[in-house]
Amino acid sequence: MAKTLPKTDVVIVGVGWAGGIIAAELTKSGLNVVGLERGKERKTEDYFMVHDELRYGLRYELMQDLSKDTVTFRSTEKIRALPMRSYGSFLLGEGLGGAGVHWNGQTYRFLPYDFEIRSKTIERYGKNKIPDGMTIQDWGLTYDEMEPYYDKFEKLAGISGEPNPLGGKRSADYPTPPMKKSPALSMFSDAASKLKLHPYMMPSANLSEPYTNPDGISRAACQYCAFCERFGCEYGAKADPVVTVLPVALKTGKFEIRTHSQVRRILHQGGKATGVMYTDVTTGEELVQPADIVVVTSYVFNNVKLMLMSGLGKPYDPASGTGVIGRNYAYQVLKGNAAGFFDDKQFNTYAGAGSLGVSLDDYNGDNFDHTDLKFIHGGSISLSQTGMRPIANNPVPGGTASWGAEFKANSVKYANRFLSVGGQGSCMPFRHHFLDLDPTYKDAYGDPLVRLTFDFEEQDRQLALYLSGKCAEIMKEMGASHIDQLKELGPYEITTYQSTHNTGGVVMGASPDTSAVNTYLQMWDAENVFVVGASAFPHNSGYNPTDTVGALAFRASEGILKYRQKGGSLV
Amino acid sequence: MADQNHKGGSGHDNVEQPSRRKFLVQAGYAVGGVIVGGALGSLIRPSKKTENAPQTGEGTAADIKSYNRAPMFFTQEQLGIVSAATERIFPADDAGPGALALGVPFFIDHQLAGEWGFNSREYMSPPFYAGEKVQGYQGRLKRREMFEIGLRELENYSQTKFTKGFSELAAEQQDEVLKAFESDEVKLTTISASGFFKMLRSSTLEGAYSDPLYGGNADMNGWKMRSYPGNQMSYTDVIDKDFAVIAPSSLQDHLSAH
Repeated sequence: MAKTLPKTDVVIVGVGWAGGIIAAELTKSGLNVVGLERGKERKTEDYFMVHDELRYGLRYELMQDLSKDTVTFRSTEKIRALPMRSYGSFLLGEGLGGAGVHWNGQTYRFLPYDFEIRSKTIERYGKNKIPDGMTIQDWGLTYDEMEPYYDKFEKLAGISGEPNPLGGKRSADYPTPPMKKSPALSMFSDAASKLKLHPYMMPSANLSEPYTNPDGISRAACQYCAFCERFGCEYGAKADPVVTVLPVALKTGKFEIRTHSQVRRILHQGGKATGVMYTDVTTGEELVQPADIVVVTSYVFNNVKLMLMSGLGKPYDPASGTGVIGRNYAYQVLKGNAAGFFDDKQFNTYAGAGSLGVSLDDYNGDNFDHTDLKFIHGGSISLSQTGMRPIANNPVPGGTASWGAEFKANSVKYANRFLSVGGQGSCMPFRHHFLDLDPTYKDAYGDPLVRLTFDFEEQDRQLALYLSGKCAEIMKEMGASHIDQLKELGPYEITTYQSTHNTGGVVMGASPDTSAVNTYLQMWDAENVFVVGASAFPHNSGYNPTDTVGALAFRASEGILKYRQKGGSLV
Repeated sequence: MADQNHKGGSGHDNVEQPSRRKFLVQAGYAVGGVIVGGALGSLIRPSKKTENAPQTGEGTAADIKSYNRAPMFFTQEQLGIVSAATERIFPADDAGPGALALGVPFFIDHQLAGEWGFNSREYMSPPFYAGEKVQGYQGRLKRREMFEIGLRELENYSQTKFTKGFSELAAEQQDEVLKAFESDEVKLTTISASGFFKMLRSSTLEGAYSDPLYGGNADMNGWKMRSYPGNQMSYTDVIDKDFAVIAPSSLQDHLSAH
């Protein structure tokens, strides 16, 4: 029998960005919070040896141990789903701070269009613009309503940047100035300006200068050391939950973090949660943590899994299109890019930072006319200089052999003569893209793996080609000697890394028919359960998701405090 | 296993294989020219006085003995095949050293001896079904098993086609064998020939360019060849400047910085 622990006001499942923000906000307001984290504890000092491409970049030191838990994948419902046995397409976080420890720090706001995507698409192009099976929906709140929360997250993290000339209105400037511009960034910027586009410095959670945030947390400036994605920051310069929100929550004396704690069920009765059941993974012991409020803040796949395992919310059924848990899974279309080889110039691309870059939004959202195009939305186009580490980066011009003398000669020649302009394409939800429980494969605790059913659609293929064409135009203007660009998107494959921007499954909205949570991320079916993260996105935009996740966590915190006072459904 | 096909030829021109006596003398296990009796005991308890311990941060690869250069996993025959194959994938040329001089064969050996070789952080639970290409590797074999089979099959194919072991073939013939694997022209029943080749290729690049602590990228020569500065604490002063060559440093240098 599971041992029952003393009750707490709030229990949080997963201590990453969303869990950390909510822990800080609630404990500051006087609530007692327990945070359950399945991985281990982490601190800045752990990363003194982090400049190790093999250990962290290729052997996934900071990622979830797939031998214990993974997902299964199939392109369509017609084939058997099989486990993602080794890493490829996306990287799952684990441990204190979650994936927020090994992110790049690219901190974009979504566009006003994103939050009202269905209404605005119909308004401008008519209903027929939305193809059969595309299940886009408005998010239930507008950009203007989201803006104060974006502002809060950006001040918390100390985002360095300059306003996006084609973005939504801002109530305040970024708290710190943009990062330093490398020569490659300047070339991109100049070329884009010549093409009458609107480049701006990428909003960055890698601090451009020392910064103290509103909670009194001080952090050092980024050293451009080139180890961000897949790595932790040994300077604390990259904002992550461990160096920002967790110390704030712990300082209140009201936050208790329990690592090595795998939450497996939300316990509930009569439409309200009573707590959670978890396994202490170091002993195998099952424990029950009773709580007045349960906040689910793990990664997309585990948020969905916990709902389905707990029998909370109606599971999505792709045949009828009804049910909400597992609905509107989306991803990112990242392959629309152009690679440039420069025979006469070398670049310092060994240096960089996760969000050192220049972006433009001329082909994102509805910033351009889609009347004659066979897709909606678009993507941001950027040149980013995250640091070209030598194992993963051996670009050679198309037509070069992939090994042997010719490969070696070209890969050495172009090691510092290569730049890439990339499109980060949005991804629309479709009726037959969804998450559910796998009928065959189990995790280390005997629970089913999450099953992912997804493939690229005509929308994605058209979008990727369009973006790669635009990227190539800019690369040409930059003067590359040779340009390779995407010719065809091809099917989605789980084997090659694309993006850890998985979204949906417990989506937000204005109606319980098409969403699992309301705009405070409160479950329609259980008023004291809040499910926070990119799982709430009804579609994915042409940007990195973390700013929006952070903003939604602030909104959920507000909702939880309101609920604590008044009870009931918040909308 | 591999020795089933061993025809007894010397065949390992690319790998230095000192005699046992020479090895023991070099490694400092001999006193006064006489190998201490019970060599096994000496190997387990080497004398500190006679040990040729490398000095941190000093000297070059040539004058420092690397005790790391010994196989933990491969047989000597397997090491010979890996040496020959990785040198074809990443050959020495005017730009700099190839896989062999960089220590890639030892890098791969050491990786296979550890958790990567056992796929210990990957999902290896049954049932196993053949999947679509987009679903990735679905076999039950671990990397170390795939390497053993792959190397044996490289040898078998070389014997069948050229009546010589892989290591003894001319460079062009070795390329031909590798291409036959890369393109799945060779059909294997247990593993995918192209999958094995892909793994051999990617681990060759890992060995050429990972931090030298893993046994490859000898003396950071892989990094020097492509003007990669390795493990620097900061690029704040150079990030907004044009390209410049910076002398590389390794994680060992980083350790002393703290």
